[in-house]
Amino acid sequence: MLKFTEDHEWMLVEGDTVTVGITDHAQEALGDIVFVELPEVGATFEKGDDAAVVESVKAASEVYAPIAGEIVAVNEDLEGEPGTVNSAPMDGGWFFKMKPADMSEVEAAMDEAAYKEFLAGLE
Amino acid sequence: MADENLLKTPLYDLHVEAGGKMVPFAGYSMPVQYPLGIMKEHLHTRDKAGLFDVSHMGQAYVRSVDGSDPAKVLEEIMPSALAVLKPGKMRYTLLLNDNGGIEDDLMVTRTFDPEGSLYIVVNAACKEKDYGILEERFAGRLALEPLEDHALLALQGPKAEDVLAELDPRVRDMVFMEGTMVTLEGVVCWVARCGYTGEDGFEISVPKEEAPALAARLLKSDDVEWIGLGARDSLRLESGLCLSGHDFNDETSPVEASLNFALGKKRREEGDFIGGERILKELAEGTSKRLVGILPSGRAPAREGVEIADMDGNVIGQVTSGGFGPTVGGPVAMGYVPAELAEAGTDIQLIVRGKMLAAKVAQTPFIEQRYKRKKVS
Repeated sequence: MLKFTEDHEWMLVEGDTVTVGITDHAQEALGDIVFVELPEVGATFEKGDDAAVVESVKAASEVYAPIAGEIVAVNEDLEGEPGTVNSAPMDGGWFFKMKPADMSEVEAAMDEAAYKEFLAGLE
Repeated sequence: MADENLLKTPLYDLHVEAGGKMVPFAGYSMPVQYPLGIMKEHLHTRDKAGLFDVSHMGQAYVRSVDGSDPAKVLEEIMPSALAVLKPGKMRYTLLLNDNGGIEDDLMVTRTFDPEGSLYIVVNAACKEKDYGILEERFAGRLALEPLEDHALLALQGPKAEDVLAELDPRVRDMVFMEGTMVTLEGVVCWVARCGYTGEDGFEISVPKEEAPALAARLLKSDDVEWIGLGARDSLRLESGLCLSGHDFNDETSPVEASLNFALGKKRREEGDFIGGERILKELAEGTSKRLVGILPSGRAPAREGVEIADMDGNVIGQVTSGGFGPTVGGPVAMGYVPAELAEAGTDIQLIVRGKMLAAKVAQTPFIEQRYKRKKVS
């Protein structure tokens, strides 16, 4: 199950963990990414909390926790290769994995078709 | 979304056509980047040649009204040796206030006209302020004539000379901080060998109707790409060049801002300019704070406003410019620290999002400046 947020994050559900990253639209808007700050494994967040930071040449942006839950893994490769977020935002550029407090929060998010419609509405 | 109150430069349509991402800057709609992106635009400029639209900057002639030397008159509020400027020579200088603070930095060039008139270029964001200061202070002595009918292009990078020489080979004879009239594509332009990137290059003042055609001609070269404000900022930061209103302001003195090189040799002995008393005292006794280069030890950029701490965690200053340096390949910054911690190599800390990050005071420029200076024969 692949879900999206209005903050341009994607969530991939596999079993009881949710992998989180930013969408192609988001990486495109941010530009060349030069630094990613990831949360600590074990940290817990409420939905909307600042969970990570992504910095382009020009500016720093927050990545919000798309759901409430606990961080169970982070993509340490991004520390050395932050540009992966640009080149493979939906794949190697994932940020962290969460154990959701409430899986129904994930299920309620937009599916791919709804996100595409949401993007079209932004133009 | 277009803001109708924003001004457009004569090159606006070309930027939009080139896919420029237009943002408001100093009252103008300006391209912050093109499809190439800030990183590649930056590296392209250092590798080949970048074309910048800097038409938002303030170009003006300063002429004498009462027969005096306009450069000598400007020396009252600018601490550089300006009266000695020969036709075609230019200086980087500072517009000071009564307290010796820096209102703006600017370029002053002696033109070839027999009255010794000057051509100045001031920062876009300070245009109205600077013009107001000059007009008020020098009423009846100097006439300020803004050149509103001219665009300003900057062509910067190691290939800039070859590209511009295709249009007029005489530009090869110019050296850093020299300007002259050159005919490019049949249009008389003022060309100066200077810039804001740390690279060799030129600034071209061109009548606004002719500017799009000249820009299009320069872009025909495979070596030339449009470069936006984003890379302009990272290029100048790597070169250790100050941004007016950020790395200094109207309270900062030239000594605090580490701009002693802009003080004329004789002038710093005599202090015959406004604020001279403070500046002479600071030259003799030092200042409590100094602008320095900063190299964060890790990968996290430290941006403007980040607090600087000593090794005990006491806040001692602030970052005034900072970001990622694509040529350096890591974060670079500038900021103010107490004079006793201003020596290159001194360990400091940066407070980024509540965390203490290791950093060192560093020499600027962070890269090697590659200006074409006069050959020593």
